[in-house]
Amino acid sequence: MNRKPIEPATKERGTPATERTSERIVERIVELSVDGQKVSVPEGATILDACKALAIDTPTLCWAENLTPVNVCRVCVVELEGARTLVPSCSRKCEPGMVVKTDSPRVRTSRKLVLELLSSSVDLSTTPCLDKWHAHYGADPARFGPAAAPAHAGEREHAHPGHHDTPDGAHAARVAQPPKLDNELFVRDYAKCVLCYKCVEACGTDAQNTFAIAIAGRGFEARVATELDLPLTDSACVFCGNCIGVCPTGALVFKREFDLRAAGEWDEARQTLTTTVCPYCGVGCALTLHVQANQIVKVTSPLDSSVTEGHLCIKGRFGWQYAGEKTKRSEG
Amino acid sequence: MDLRPIATPPSDSERALVDALLGAPGAERTVGVREARGLRHLLLPGLHALQDRFGWVSPGALGYLCERLHVPPAEAFGVATFYALFSLSEQPPVALHVCDDLACQAAGAETVLAGIQRELGATGAAARGCVVQRSPCLGQCERAPVALLTVAGTAPRTRGLVALDARTGLAALERRDAPLPPRTVLPQSGRDGGRYPLRLLARVGRADPTSLDDYQAQGGYAALRLALERGPAHVLREVSDSGLVGRGGAAFPTGRKWQAVAAAPAQPHYLVCNADESEPGTFKDRVLMEEDPFAVVEAMTIAGVTIGAELGFLYVRGEYPLAHERLAGALAAARARGYLGDDVLGKGARFEIELRRGAGAYICGEETALFASIEGFRGEPRSKPPFPVEVGLFGRPTVVNNVETLVNVLPILTEGVARYKALGTAGSPGTRLFCVSGKVAHPGLYELPFGVKLSALLELAGAKDVRAVLLGGAAGTFLAPHELELALTFEDTKKAGATLGSGVVLVLDGSVALEPMLLRIARFFRDESCGQCVPCRVGTVRQEELVQRLTRKTCHGTPADERVLLGDLGQVMRDASICGLGQTASSALESAVAKLGVWAESAR
Repeated sequence: MNRKPIEPATKERGTPATERTSERIVERIVELSVDGQKVSVPEGATILDACKALAIDTPTLCWAENLTPVNVCRVCVVELEGARTLVPSCSRKCEPGMVVKTDSPRVRTSRKLVLELLSSSVDLSTTPCLDKWHAHYGADPARFGPAAAPAHAGEREHAHPGHHDTPDGAHAARVAQPPKLDNELFVRDYAKCVLCYKCVEACGTDAQNTFAIAIAGRGFEARVATELDLPLTDSACVFCGNCIGVCPTGALVFKREFDLRAAGEWDEARQTLTTTVCPYCGVGCALTLHVQANQIVKVTSPLDSSVTEGHLCIKGRFGWQYAGEKTKRSEG
Repeated sequence: MDLRPIATPPSDSERALVDALLGAPGAERTVGVREARGLRHLLLPGLHALQDRFGWVSPGALGYLCERLHVPPAEAFGVATFYALFSLSEQPPVALHVCDDLACQAAGAETVLAGIQRELGATGAAARGCVVQRSPCLGQCERAPVALLTVAGTAPRTRGLVALDARTGLAALERRDAPLPPRTVLPQSGRDGGRYPLRLLARVGRADPTSLDDYQAQGGYAALRLALERGPAHVLREVSDSGLVGRGGAAFPTGRKWQAVAAAPAQPHYLVCNADESEPGTFKDRVLMEEDPFAVVEAMTIAGVTIGAELGFLYVRGEYPLAHERLAGALAAARARGYLGDDVLGKGARFEIELRRGAGAYICGEETALFASIEGFRGEPRSKPPFPVEVGLFGRPTVVNNVETLVNVLPILTEGVARYKALGTAGSPGTRLFCVSGKVAHPGLYELPFGVKLSALLELAGAKDVRAVLLGGAAGTFLAPHELELALTFEDTKKAGATLGSGVVLVLDGSVALEPMLLRIARFFRDESCGQCVPCRVGTVRQEELVQRLTRKTCHGTPADERVLLGDLGQVMRDASICGLGQTASSALESAVAKLGVWAESAR
């Protein structure tokens, strides 16, 4: 056995990280056609970038502008002339002369099916824009039959790869399970997880380099997990909350949002957003405070902030409880 | 990165085992973090060592392995829970994995399994320190039904059990061992009247697979000598001109791959031999590796030297213990005699081969998943482009070839392109290995020139009253009795909407119920999906549910709705999945509906 180190060529396994166009020295322009319209993009841009340039609205779930594209959700697929299969627009780089269709029957069928497959297996009740895309593609998740009963706590963690109980087909299997409440700061409600890999990326080399979570298990039982499924408090988690910041479905939520939703009091219409600067240290991270009824209910950071690129640390993300609690305490 | 270790310490024996594999601790601390991270490719071998010794990977052992390799524990846990042959909870040391896949099912695997379980009783297995599990195809289909026995301990054993019955299965559990299966006999020998000369299988059953001298006496290493004499440019031209295309299923021109990597400016280059043969019904590479292991080593050496690689990886399926043993022996012998190493045959070329074991994951046969597996990551495929010839193993230019593909290079060099192409057709030159199993009198591995009709192969194998043939494996297509005049070439099968795939010819007659076969195929893909992309992860689940409903005649809505659903699921998996697994997961089922008329009453 060779015990020597073998150094990988790329920062991560797989597709080399996409450098952001704005930060690159643009040398060449690539011209391609999307839905019959000619478009010119800088070399290295993706088909999704080209769609954006043409204001073609494209559904995405696993894509985020501050993360390396993993192209796993497949909801952004487009038809590329000459390609045997559809291609993910979020990660496929534009090449000169490409002919792309974003609304062909094949694209519509695949996007519709992907939406149906997800909606029938995952709770997407807090996923933004979902209804719009369902209506657009005529998705009908109910055709897979009534939903199966949710799993008990810990049940999905015990599945062994390559083995599962044979279904009878009457009910559509789901990832439904009780939420994981193991700390005071945020909740992991994996019944809402579409396995977009974003939280894993943000915890890893794309932002935090903490590696507290990874994908574990296989197939339909694949899941986001800490080592040995330990509670977050016993894991390597540093509670930066960057996973919450990138979660597209609300599977990862602030405890306060989770509680307010449970009480039926969460109301985004009544919330105001105020962008300010984190008071804790000299870095100067931009914070966006989400305030409802004069209480901070959530903190995010603008993706276009050159300081944070949307990512924060535990202090900026969670160190605001004093702002609301103080009044409470003085009252009590 | 500062990694938080797993709190549980390893036991002394776990620590000693990991140290024995990786060397005394401390050495890696002298290298930088970047280099320490380069040790990650040892994660899978480390997990194997622990599983082999203790029968499971304990938290303490996993933690220590992570510490030594500088792998984040969460990621290592993700890798360990990806593979069917690793257990993260304490298990009995003895496990019998009984194959219930297509060929074994046709041969009565359910009866055998029921017999074993009845004898052991409800709790008997655990009391005897063993566990009996179902397994997907174990690649011994010509000797179905079969099982795999794994025994953990200080002298770990993995044994294939062939022509299994309840008695032999129970005896193996009792003795914690099993005799070696009999040597492979080629059913073709003496039965085809010499019509189809053996080229790739010429040495099978004739040469001692453990003897390098015997290999050389039967023409072995002539091709390597020639390759070193004539140089890489010559070999590249010969392989390209031969028209050789990949035998793993995708049929990509081998010469083009080799040329691309040979010319790639990025260094180093790698060679990977894909011996993770897991397509249900396929056993050709197993026979080559068990019976002619030196040929695999020689062909890899030629490929490596030609494409400018100094290191090749030979990734063998975890369920192939004998192939692994024979290859390890062949590698050691080749090394000792100067056929591998710093100066191959004294000609100045440097090439070494690393033998790696899979751990129970069909998906790792997909080339990019295979890279991930070797690198110590979960066996998840990635989108192409970039293709492996540009960004392959460890992100470097890589040639990845199937075993049968590589072995073809030997006759191409020794016989010359003209003679090589004299067999086969213009579009499909050469010969092809066919894995014949199911309801035939003479199952086994056949080698035929491309272009021979399927009916001729079936006649040779003694098939009668054929009701259906599954061509190309679970990812292939069913053929109806009126389609058996199909010429076995890439071009003819493509025209017929079928595929040769990995050379599977699984024959079913009227005595085999089709529906359980289709249920097994649906279950297979649902079990083996890596879970990365939505179309495959959820699509294979929905497909299995649908196939269950069709079989149980409990349709949602009208049968017409269900038919639409089957087609839609097939289309999204085919069109939008990342890799070939999802793209072909509906192929056999859809062909069964179209050609064999199954579920006619519920689906039509």
